[in-house]
Amino acid sequence: MSSTEPLIALTGLAVGLRMRDGGVQPLLRGVDLAVRAGESIGIVGESGSGKSTLALAAMGYLRPGLVQTSGTARFAATDMFSPAGRALRGGRLALIPQNAGQALTPTLRIGAQIGEALRLHASLPASEHPARIVDLLAQVRLPTPDVLARRFPHELSGGQQQRAAIAMALAGDPEALLLDEPTTGLDVTTQAHVLELLRDLAVRRGLAMVYVSHDLGAVARVCERIAVMYAGEIVAQGTARHILRAPAHPYARALIAAIPRTDRASLPGAIEGRPPPPGGAGIGCAFAPRCPLAAEPCHASHPPLIAAPGGGEVRCRRAAEALALPLAAAPVNRTARTETAAPVLRLDALAVRYREASLADRVLRRPPATDVVADIALELHPGETIGLVGESGSGKSTILKAIAGLLAPASGSLRLGETLLPTRSALRSPAARRVIQLVFQNPDESLNPRHTIGDILAQPLGLYFGLAGAALHNRSTALLAQVRLGPHYLDRLPAQLSGGEKQRVAIARAFAADPDIVLCDEVTSALDVSVQAAIIALLDTLRRERRAACLFVSHDLGVVRALADRVVVLYQGRICEAGPADAVYASPAHPYTEALLDAVLKPDPDHTLRLLASDIVESGPPARGCAFQNRCPCPVGEICRTQTPPAREIAPGHTVRCHLH
Amino acid sequence: MAVSSTLLGRTLARGSGALGLGLVAIHILLALFAPLLVPYDPLTIDGAMMFDPPGAAHWLGTDELGRDILTRTLLGGRQAMLVTAVATPVAVAWGGLLGIWLGLAGGRIDAVLMRLVDAVLSLPWILKMLLIIVTFGAAAQVLTVTLAFFYGVPVIRVARAAAHGVVARDFIAAARARGHGTGAIVLREVLPNVRDALMVEGAMRWSWMLLAFSSLSFLGFGVAPPTPDWGLMIADSRNSMAIAPWSALAPILALSTLITGINLAADALAKAAGLDRAQNVVH
Repeated sequence: MSSTEPLIALTGLAVGLRMRDGGVQPLLRGVDLAVRAGESIGIVGESGSGKSTLALAAMGYLRPGLVQTSGTARFAATDMFSPAGRALRGGRLALIPQNAGQALTPTLRIGAQIGEALRLHASLPASEHPARIVDLLAQVRLPTPDVLARRFPHELSGGQQQRAAIAMALAGDPEALLLDEPTTGLDVTTQAHVLELLRDLAVRRGLAMVYVSHDLGAVARVCERIAVMYAGEIVAQGTARHILRAPAHPYARALIAAIPRTDRASLPGAIEGRPPPPGGAGIGCAFAPRCPLAAEPCHASHPPLIAAPGGGEVRCRRAAEALALPLAAAPVNRTARTETAAPVLRLDALAVRYREASLADRVLRRPPATDVVADIALELHPGETIGLVGESGSGKSTILKAIAGLLAPASGSLRLGETLLPTRSALRSPAARRVIQLVFQNPDESLNPRHTIGDILAQPLGLYFGLAGAALHNRSTALLAQVRLGPHYLDRLPAQLSGGEKQRVAIARAFAADPDIVLCDEVTSALDVSVQAAIIALLDTLRRERRAACLFVSHDLGVVRALADRVVVLYQGRICEAGPADAVYASPAHPYTEALLDAVLKPDPDHTLRLLASDIVESGPPARGCAFQNRCPCPVGEICRTQTPPAREIAPGHTVRCHLH
Repeated sequence: MAVSSTLLGRTLARGSGALGLGLVAIHILLALFAPLLVPYDPLTIDGAMMFDPPGAAHWLGTDELGRDILTRTLLGGRQAMLVTAVATPVAVAWGGLLGIWLGLAGGRIDAVLMRLVDAVLSLPWILKMLLIIVTFGAAAQVLTVTLAFFYGVPVIRVARAAAHGVVARDFIAAARARGHGTGAIVLREVLPNVRDALMVEGAMRWSWMLLAFSSLSFLGFGVAPPTPDWGLMIADSRNSMAIAPWSALAPILALSTLITGINLAADALAKAAGLDRAQNVVH
């Protein structure tokens, strides 16, 4: 094998889904991909684009029901669909799955699982395995590797599990890694660390990497080359710089424009329409029905892969014109709000704890459980949007649940206007329940799968307004129209809708109550970026038209930037910093806010990350002192461990809780 | 091949489902129209025809009192099927609703009632049933209520377990936050999602109830002679098994085909509803 020959070579690879009637619906349509030793390529696309199928096919594996219809997948000139190719899996070519927590066997210790990989793929005497396991765990920068080797997967945090999965993939001393969304589901600060590790490993060990992700920011961080997939084929590929700076495909440009930005308030650009279902792409360009530049020839025949005007290759007839399409949404001008109106919602010293002291606790004088959320003070003004930001475990969803009356706070008060709200929803007046509405993260969970969309909208309309018959039908149709869905959706079941459409229904259900306050809990995090952009735009329009105040919870700082007037940053259930969005994003005052912003991935090949020294995930707040004390890069001293920092106003409306200020 | 969207269509698409539902349908039709079909009076005793083997006059022979076995077999399932057909939906309804409510409510009431359920389930069924029958008699009404009660208890557990898979989901939280009452949440939000599990449970309970009913008759605590009944017929023919095996064969075949049919149908129903791996059936 000469050095110029690619290590991984897919040639005209086509994979389809075998249907019951014997037909085959294409999922991958003639994919050509070549990855040389030491090279890293990112495969980017939205869900259903075939990117995961591609990564698995490169390993010679197809999910049940899929068949290879034409083309080849070779690794080091070996056909990966042959028995010889199968023998290479896990050894010279290893896969790192998306959800390491589920990919690791829960009943086997981490060390034993890596030992298994060593036994299968490494020519190492068994006596040297224990030392090698510890060495591998150290290579993925796990602290105290000898201790972690004896742990079970559930005893590790998500980031540690992902590292253990990487260590397992390294056990066979691979030449190439296939990574299927390896950092999706991790917190931003953890994700940044894992990406740095992968970058470093690729360089140090000369690994070839195929990195599959929906996140252009993550790909930009790790890969030299990027391929964009749409409807089962590669529509654009080139160096990271080509694809991110001057993509010549309208879809690639729209994808970049759909990414929420943190540097300024702007509504990310949505892509109209939805991708074709498997096998639904016609004879023409698959993107033509959604493309702003589509012309007659685009619909008539399939565009070939040509050299792109900006560099790289592109599958578009109008690539030259495409370069003029916008790469970023225009900034929106948020007129400074005059906060003369009385707050519509006020939280005072709110605290939530999950376990009340039982009789046994009191008898045994156990210390009371620390509050998962403590000392939350918040004022929400009419028509205002507050973004609640934090990583998993920061208590942001807990605060929303307490406001909605779904869990009772241990102390503190909630005021709706002037009136004190009872803690439990069942004790509140119907009017109080009507004005506060919730939208959940995952519409698959929040819409009853056995109810039609009509039934779902009828619940609040019947309960709060007593609507029935023709009045109910008219109101439901109007609500659907407001979320840009036609009246024919009324008879459908949630399973018949796409993810974005389901979330629109969930939003329509919340606005059906004509609320004053809408609580949004990670409402876009289960969606693709282009769909997310459309949902953000929809929420922005609705809250303006209905003058609803909004409490918007998200781990994604970009999404919050797009919508929030004010931002509240949470760590371990404590407010770190709160202030106008412009001020907090431009000049973060709390070390944690700064760390969060530094860890945000940008679709920019020249962007570098600044990382926190430690990416440990804490299971609970410390009993005393500042909540961030264990991870803070710039502690003041002993005071951080002993005293809870008080809120200090560093500018009008901008408060920080840190001993630095 | 088009996949049927209805549960019934998917059940029938399986060979076992079609066979099971076919057997059950034949039994129901025969039970409904038996009075029109039977060739003899089931109660007429004929001393000259004792233990007549199957032949042209008596297709399935006669029993120890010279009664026509075909006639008695055709009529012998009517009371068992009537009683259990009433008791099954009642058992599934009360056990199902209580189970869903407990799954939703949780807490102390759930803990206390479930221990009571455990206590009731820990007693052998025959003991519980006999206690009631000895006290109140073996009238059809008493049997119906007794079966509906005792066979509703295990349904509580199944319904509660199925409801637990639903109550943690966000649409329940959404309904609570909107302010719907518990009754509305049980009926509108949870019940449609556990309906399939309850249907399968009902089919299984039906076959067990039939067995229980026939066993009671066999033991002399169910249907009183001379009314034709499968369990009773099997009991009566025990002593003559060596000289007239046909007298026991017909009721045994009738009872076992019905129970096999119900079990096959229930199994296919569970698979069609995708419950076979998700559900642990509690006996």
